[in-house]
Amino acid sequence: MDEKELRALIERTIAELYGQAPTPAVKGSDYHPLEAQGNTRPAADLNAALGDITQTDIRGQYLVENPKNGPAFLALKKKTPARIGLGRSGARYKTETMLRFRADHAAAQDSVFSLVGEDFVAKNGFVPLQTLCKDKDEYLTRPDKGRRFDEENQALIRKTLGHAPRVVLVVGDGLSSAAIEANAEDCIQAIQAGLKSYGIDTPPILFVKFCRVGASDHIGELTGAEVVCMLVGERPGLVTAESMSAYLTYAPRIGIPESRRTVISNIHRQGTPAVEAGAHIAELIKTMLERKASGIDLR
Amino acid sequence: MAPEQLLSVGIDIGTSTTQLVISRLTLENRASPFSVPRIAIAQREVLYRSAIHFTPLLSHTVIDAAGVRNIVEEEYRASGFDKSAISTGAVIITGETARKENAREVLAALSEYAGDFVVATAGPDLESILAARGAGAEALSEREGSAVLHLDIGGGTSNLALFRAGEIAATGCFDVGGRLIKVEGGRITYLSPKVLEWKEYRGERTLEVGAEAQPTLFSPLLTDMVAALEQAAGLAPSDGLLDLFRTAGTAWTPPERVDALSFSGGVADCIWSPPSDPFAYGDMGVLLGQAIAASPVLNRLPLVRGAETIRATVVGAGSYSTQVSGSTIFHRSIPFPLKNLPILKLTVAEEALPPGALARAVEGKLRWFSDQEGMVPLALGLRGEESPSYERVRALAEGLSAGLAPLREAGFAPVVAVERDMAKVLGQALSLRLPGPLLCLDGVSVKSGDYIDIGAPVHQGAVLPVVIKTLAFEQERSI
Repeated sequence: MDEKELRALIERTIAELYGQAPTPAVKGSDYHPLEAQGNTRPAADLNAALGDITQTDIRGQYLVENPKNGPAFLALKKKTPARIGLGRSGARYKTETMLRFRADHAAAQDSVFSLVGEDFVAKNGFVPLQTLCKDKDEYLTRPDKGRRFDEENQALIRKTLGHAPRVVLVVGDGLSSAAIEANAEDCIQAIQAGLKSYGIDTPPILFVKFCRVGASDHIGELTGAEVVCMLVGERPGLVTAESMSAYLTYAPRIGIPESRRTVISNIHRQGTPAVEAGAHIAELIKTMLERKASGIDLR
Repeated sequence: MAPEQLLSVGIDIGTSTTQLVISRLTLENRASPFSVPRIAIAQREVLYRSAIHFTPLLSHTVIDAAGVRNIVEEEYRASGFDKSAISTGAVIITGETARKENAREVLAALSEYAGDFVVATAGPDLESILAARGAGAEALSEREGSAVLHLDIGGGTSNLALFRAGEIAATGCFDVGGRLIKVEGGRITYLSPKVLEWKEYRGERTLEVGAEAQPTLFSPLLTDMVAALEQAAGLAPSDGLLDLFRTAGTAWTPPERVDALSFSGGVADCIWSPPSDPFAYGDMGVLLGQAIAASPVLNRLPLVRGAETIRATVVGAGSYSTQVSGSTIFHRSIPFPLKNLPILKLTVAEEALPPGALARAVEGKLRWFSDQEGMVPLALGLRGEESPSYERVRALAEGLSAGLAPLREAGFAPVVAVERDMAKVLGQALSLRLPGPLLCLDGVSVKSGDYIDIGAPVHQGAVLPVVIKTLAFEQERSI
């Protein structure tokens, strides 16, 4: 196949995509530069971006052809993020469904392997810290190192928080940087305003890179904090890569059982809104200070 | 946590009958222990059903308030429930009775009598919805994912409610009922104003007070009433009859598609099991039920007998009038219960205004609610936003706190009712700016003209029982 034939093949494919009449066979002499026709889109559109399929709300998407009762199925779909009612082609997903699945999977992976931007940390005035992990690989393979700080970071924690602060707010990247960038700012602001309404002040907010929930315990151990509240990115799934959790521990110390933690999960756009979760967390912190307990002890 | 329960009373003073039920509502946290709570009414059980009493009337236009009070008092005693144990519910005056001269006084008298939180409610829209829920039409529509038109056919009116896949789509009211003509001792003793209107429309002269009650005499009227229902269901083209029988001040557009017709009300029983005497109840109800059953047009659709028939409205009032607020709310020093707060609703455009302009908009609207006496207590209704930024919450709180100043100066607590899930954060933000009593709740959808009752917090202070009322008596209904 010479260059002309190759060009003709490409032009034919493009022409078909844009609705030009297909050429029956491909020969070098068939090559004519593509021209805009009345019923085709202008050539400039060739550079236009495709629509972003991840912008579609799956709960409102119903792709079954000729359904017996589409509106009823849609009413059920509103209640679940599950990938149902998407139709099929033969025994397989439709292209759009398959692409969406892969896009969501990619977003989940990206949110694990990407870092929270330094400008995000700076903009919010968070105090940047890092656990013993040197990079993402170590973070993922050595959970123990994601729970402890080196000497330098320990000193910074002590200096920032002082002795025995009542409430410490921590933001940790955890397994989803996207969750933190999407929710932490609004949630922290709501927590601070809520605490202020209850007359509770907070020291500067820590940001921990390569962070596991257990880092709360080291912070508690170092400072004698009464309550540590950590916002951390959840392990992403296919429903959303932006789900954040809050782990609250009363008097966290190294070795404290996990049952002493209270968790509020599913903080994201389609779950509990970040600001409303923040208001709930502020009240929870107040309750913990009053009852001097967290986790199952708080029940 | 053990499920929490509320006792709720429903009292329905209808055109023909007065009834009472006592229901138990069970609250449950539907969320996992690891997320923000989401408390819902998980179960509704009717514990006590009263006898069905004829509504005592002093004349055709005056309700016997003392008689009604005696019935309620007696039924409370028979039920064995202490009225102080009843924490919520609704008294509703329905159908033609709501248009009696002293309907308001009757409601007021009962409201004071029947427990602390019990409220007075009327209005055909609410009545339609309560009857349909009480009869199970909403549940049927949700279960089948179908369009169900429910008709609650009582003495004075037919209340229509259309549900699509379990969602209420429309309500309407027609003056089609079994007691529009009363019969005693084989003679007609009463013709309702709507029947007189129909006579004029048709030039009919034989239906008269004093005339001998022969079933055939009623045929032309019955044919037209059934035709009006056929048209209302969208099964026949509309003509003048639809407008003639439509209750004044209400609107109804016949639906394009209905999968099933569901019936309740006293007349519903006469569709399926009419008594042998056509005037067994001293009115035309039996004949109307038979005429509906015989309509080939209505029978094109499945006709469903409600799970409740004559008691549908009162069961609806007892079991479905109370809802619970969202589970993340804010309240501080509020003297619960709050009753009969009119709603001041902001438009979506007003909500989006920057703080200064929002404050002026709120202040401007507050003036609508002040009279010679000054400000009245009220609740501000907002739509709110889906997952707003904190910046938006702050702006909203700033505008509202400034705008609500006149209300606070008059000595009333700011009450804010938001539709979207954001009441706790908004409440906390407001509390930084407004000292003293403050209430912010969400999960309730209110509109201008509604009134809201808010009960004392339940489920460890997490949620509030709420009744939203539309006090739409005919004479004060806006056009």
